[in-house]
Amino acid sequence: MKRMHQAKFKENLAGYLFLLPNLTGYLIFVLLPILFSLYLVFLEWDYMRGFSGIKWVGLDNFRAIAGDPKVVKSLWNNMLFSVLTVPTSMVLGLLLAVVLNQFVYFKNALRTLIFLPYISSLVAVSVIWSIMYNSKSGPINAVLRSFGIRNPPEWLASPDSAMYAIIIMSVWATLGYAMVIYLAGLQGIPKDLYEAAEIDGASPIRKLLQITIPMLTPTSLFLAITLLIGSFQVFGPVAVMTQGGPVDSTMVLSYYIYLLAFRYYKMGYAAALSWFLFALIFIVTIIQWQSQKRWQSYF
Amino acid sequence: MAKLFLTKGVLNMQATTTHYVGPRVKIRRRKLVQTLLRVIVTALISGFAILMIIPFLWMISTSFKINAEVFQYPIKWIPEVWHFENYKEVWMGSNPFYTYYWNSIKITGITVAGSLLSSSMAGFAFAKLNFKGRDTLFLLYLSTMMIPGQVLLVPRFILFDKLHLLNTHFAIILPGIFTVLGTFMMRQFFSSLPGELLEAARVDGAGYWRMFWQISLPLTKPALVTLLILTFTWHWNEYENPLIFLRDRELYTIPLGLTNYVEEYGTNYVLLLAASVSALLPMLLVVLLGQRWIVEGIANTGIKG
Repeated sequence: MKRMHQAKFKENLAGYLFLLPNLTGYLIFVLLPILFSLYLVFLEWDYMRGFSGIKWVGLDNFRAIAGDPKVVKSLWNNMLFSVLTVPTSMVLGLLLAVVLNQFVYFKNALRTLIFLPYISSLVAVSVIWSIMYNSKSGPINAVLRSFGIRNPPEWLASPDSAMYAIIIMSVWATLGYAMVIYLAGLQGIPKDLYEAAEIDGASPIRKLLQITIPMLTPTSLFLAITLLIGSFQVFGPVAVMTQGGPVDSTMVLSYYIYLLAFRYYKMGYAAALSWFLFALIFIVTIIQWQSQKRWQSYF
Repeated sequence: MAKLFLTKGVLNMQATTTHYVGPRVKIRRRKLVQTLLRVIVTALISGFAILMIIPFLWMISTSFKINAEVFQYPIKWIPEVWHFENYKEVWMGSNPFYTYYWNSIKITGITVAGSLLSSSMAGFAFAKLNFKGRDTLFLLYLSTMMIPGQVLLVPRFILFDKLHLLNTHFAIILPGIFTVLGTFMMRQFFSSLPGELLEAARVDGAGYWRMFWQISLPLTKPALVTLLILTFTWHWNEYENPLIFLRDRELYTIPLGLTNYVEEYGTNYVLLLAASVSALLPMLLVVLLGQRWIVEGIANTGIKG
């Protein structure tokens, strides 16, 4: 009896000791900041004036969010960015994965080349693209002109096209990731499904639509959620290529939060907006999770 | 693409409906058609892959030119005269890149090593040890996993300011070591190990540290490699945290150093491109050489994560 107690005590102790380094760090650098941030949302804090810049304002920060035209603009741009980058990367990634998986020589080499942009530093990639996007004489517009397009878009220089320029680059950077995840998903589809379909004389297109895509539903859901969460947090390309401009045409939530907190030092408002971003991500994830249940019962 | 599938179907049908050829010829012809198709598709996809890496090729080629040649069209992929001055400026000029490299290596190295150790220890405890409050604590971890980094930026900034950690590498390294996601992943990996394994070790009188370090950890090697690759690329390419927490140029990491070039040399494009090559090339080479590990490592998290 006593020995059992001792063993139990030892296991408890071991558990806490193994957890100790991580838990300490978690409490200080994750949990404490989260709780602190939940308190910050009720404050107006001009950080440049130190502790004397603190004022309790209740829910005013959230009221301010609702009436802030920059928030509305950022929200719109975030939507545009997500709606265009996520499905495009997924569709292209799926097509490439299906083709690479079966009909191609040098599969690994090609896969790696297409994957390279994803693993590269977004900052460096943004620097290269912003030079290539140069509206007067950059190589992209030079190519477009040589194809006879007389007035190619001004890309980053114009509010009409700047967001799309960032979107195109982001699709380029993420489609390799979608492809690699889909390639992994394809390995999990049992071969006999295809053999059975072949006996039934199903065409390749039918096999794609009725076996491959339905069987990849979990992969697609994983990709949709991770890409969507990532796309809501897009920061690097905006910070490097446009700083939210021209005239706020590329302002997104994460960059606006950065400006508020670390340029204007409005800590309370920035914290409130960051929780607003969290709420958006949370809602979108829940919706996707729910719709996945429906798909799964459907197939 | 649809067209290609269709042609394949049509050709197959032809091969099966022609009656006068023997079965062996039929199979041979079918094989030939398939090979031909494979060659065509490979060529198409290769074209696409080259299109994907054109920005990199353009970057490398242009970084050896002078500013007057940057926007020459048609593009001369091989510079007429190779200008190495840009690289000399990047590596030995007033903002030398080796400082940024050293900082990135130091920060990434310590963070990755630290987070692998702390995540695997905590993951082991959560998965294999029965202690009081384990499930509550794990639930706490899980509940904070979905909170985006943006929420943490403001409070961490204030916290680090009060702790006098702003503008030091600690502000990047410390939060990097304790990742919820890493802990969660390691817990999942350890959970998949059979329980009898540790029972046997316990009967043999092994202590908890030995069960962890000598028995369990070696078995999770593929998982560790995956986590290593993931955390390495995260921290190596990380931009937002260093941007906020570091002020002095001597402390900058590679991405920050590169944006510093953009701010300072604005339209000196060849210099910016030489700096971009300097920032990207080692990583690109690592990926090309270790492609199997890296690509598959990332694919693995896709399935298990």
